[in-house]
Amino acid sequence: MNLTAVASIYKFEMARTFRSIFQSVISPVVSTSLYFVVFGAAIGSRIDTVEGIQYGAFIVPGLMMLQMLMQSVTNAALGIYFPKFIGTIYEVQSAPVSVIEIVMGYVGAAATKSMMIGLIILATASLFVDLQIQHPLAMLAFMVLTCISFALFGFIIGIWAGNFEQLNLIPMLVITPLVFLGGAFYSISMLPEAWQTIALFNPVVYLVSGFRWSFFSMSDVSVGLSLLAIAGFLILCLAVITWIFKTGWKLRS
Amino acid sequence: MAPIISVKDLTKTYENGFEALKGINLDIEEGEVLALLGPNGAGKTTLISIICGIANKSGGSVTVGGHDITRDFRKARDMIGLVPQEMAVEVFEKVIDTVKFSRGLFGKGKDPAHIERVLRDLTLWDKKDNRIRELSGGMKRRVMIAKALSHEPRVLFLDEPTAGVDVELRKEMWDVMRELKKSGVTIILTTHYIEEAEAMADRVGVISKGELLVVEETDSLMKSLGKKVLEIELDKPVDDVPPALAQKGVTLSPTGKLVYTYDTAAEQTGITDILADLKKAGLRLADLSTKQSSLEDIFVDLVAQQKAEEDAA
Ligand SMILES: Nc1ncnc2c1ncn2[C@@H]1O[C@H](COP(=O)(O)OP(=O)(O)O)[C@@H](O)[C@H]1O
Ligand SMILES: [Mg+2]
Repeated sequence: MNLTAVASIYKFEMARTFRSIFQSVISPVVSTSLYFVVFGAAIGSRIDTVEGIQYGAFIVPGLMMLQMLMQSVTNAALGIYFPKFIGTIYEVQSAPVSVIEIVMGYVGAAATKSMMIGLIILATASLFVDLQIQHPLAMLAFMVLTCISFALFGFIIGIWAGNFEQLNLIPMLVITPLVFLGGAFYSISMLPEAWQTIALFNPVVYLVSGFRWSFFSMSDVSVGLSLLAIAGFLILCLAVITWIFKTGWKLRS
Repeated sequence: MAPIISVKDLTKTYENGFEALKGINLDIEEGEVLALLGPNGAGKTTLISIICGIANKSGGSVTVGGHDITRDFRKARDMIGLVPQEMAVEVFEKVIDTVKFSRGLFGKGKDPAHIERVLRDLTLWDKKDNRIRELSGGMKRRVMIAKALSHEPRVLFLDEPTAGVDVELRKEMWDVMRELKKSGVTIILTTHYIEEAEAMADRVGVISKGELLVVEETDSLMKSLGKKVLEIELDKPVDDVPPALAQKGVTLSPTGKLVYTYDTAAEQTGITDILADLKKAGLRLADLSTKQSSLEDIFVDLVAQQKAEEDAA
């Protein structure tokens, strides 16, 4: 295992993040604050509580999920797409590194960044609402798993994308709707019954539900099922990535 | 001594069905400078890309330092540094950071002394803390070379190192290459400039349409295939070539010299006859010189030969 190479890629990517740390952090902080103003204050004043939890607090896990999913996907996608775009990918291709090492470097860095952003949002949120996290370790575990698996997903998109439009397509067209429809800002049980069934096909429901459980000990679906869903997604992404590097798809002619 | 790179029956067919390499066989000796010479689209970059692990081969085998590039890819790639044809640099990074990154990517531990040596040799040390976008084109190219040398490779591939650069920069690149050769690095460079192959290479491989036409010592390639040009300067320039001389193929150069091209390998060069004819025509010569024809001509001949064989087949 070429761990030096993993560390090099990781450090290089993290340095890229920290160079634009202000943009990286300011945007999620501002948008989170906006969500609080709109959902927490305007709508929350009418909803009051969901299953006994202050609405403002109730949406925190969903907000964090939304940002972490977006950030994981876009960071990892850009991380590998950018060298492809400017041509510096040749160096990674010609280096004595394996699939696993390349993925560990790029995905590790993207996941780290979105973890950081998740925590910053949590800190921002705690300025607006009272939060008591009941299972902090589980919360961290969910964050780590989510960030890694969606960074893997983003990595695949980055390799697949042929231009910047395609790069933005999936996060805009897939992630955002899935999160909004995935109970980020409401409980699935608030939906009509038919929609509740449909919602169960949305993978994000399991993420949000499990994550919310780690805060409030309440969930739409069982925690075990949530873990299973996210593990399944992780394995699926790993399988696709292994295939990509075996065949050289989009990477080697 | 075993060759440092050995290419056997290497073929490459791209996904669109294009056959870019048609069975290349090539041994490269440690420490030599080999120029791969060929027109655009000959397959030079494809060959290099396969050896370096950027493209997959379709058939055949390649070893680097005895290590198979597929089975033993780590050991094989460890030994190689690549400077690709297209300029590709991380413009927002500092020179030193990107060179250090390259070294790390190859799994080598930090070695500030080596990095400094490489940057100094390439006269980049003063610019080490500059962002790459602040550098001139020539310096960017040198950054790419520095990156390729950061992990102390034994073989360096330079894909068209001087394509599209001005004369001054070309000379500079040549100096860099000479220094590298002195340090014992094996260099494989591709070019479509004959002068470059002539100036830099110990051996030249001529590649065209996916086939390696010939690989030979630069000098002997020139001698065996080369023609010489005899230039005769007269003490009084003439307007026309005397008929007897014109018959033997003597022409008039724009500067008023008589020019005669002959095959060095031929039994009779015909020079004696020409000198006799000159005397008969009452012309007196002021000066006389011969020069080797360039690889350009050799190359044109080789490609024509290949074409004739194709047509015959
Ligand atoms: N990815 C590719 N797909 C299909 N054909 C390609 C690809 N890359 C190169 N070729 C073709 O293969 C031939 C050799 O290309 P290349 O190795 O780049 O030549 P050179 O470096 O000698 O100019 C060219 O005809 C080129 O069009
Ligand atoms: Mg080329």
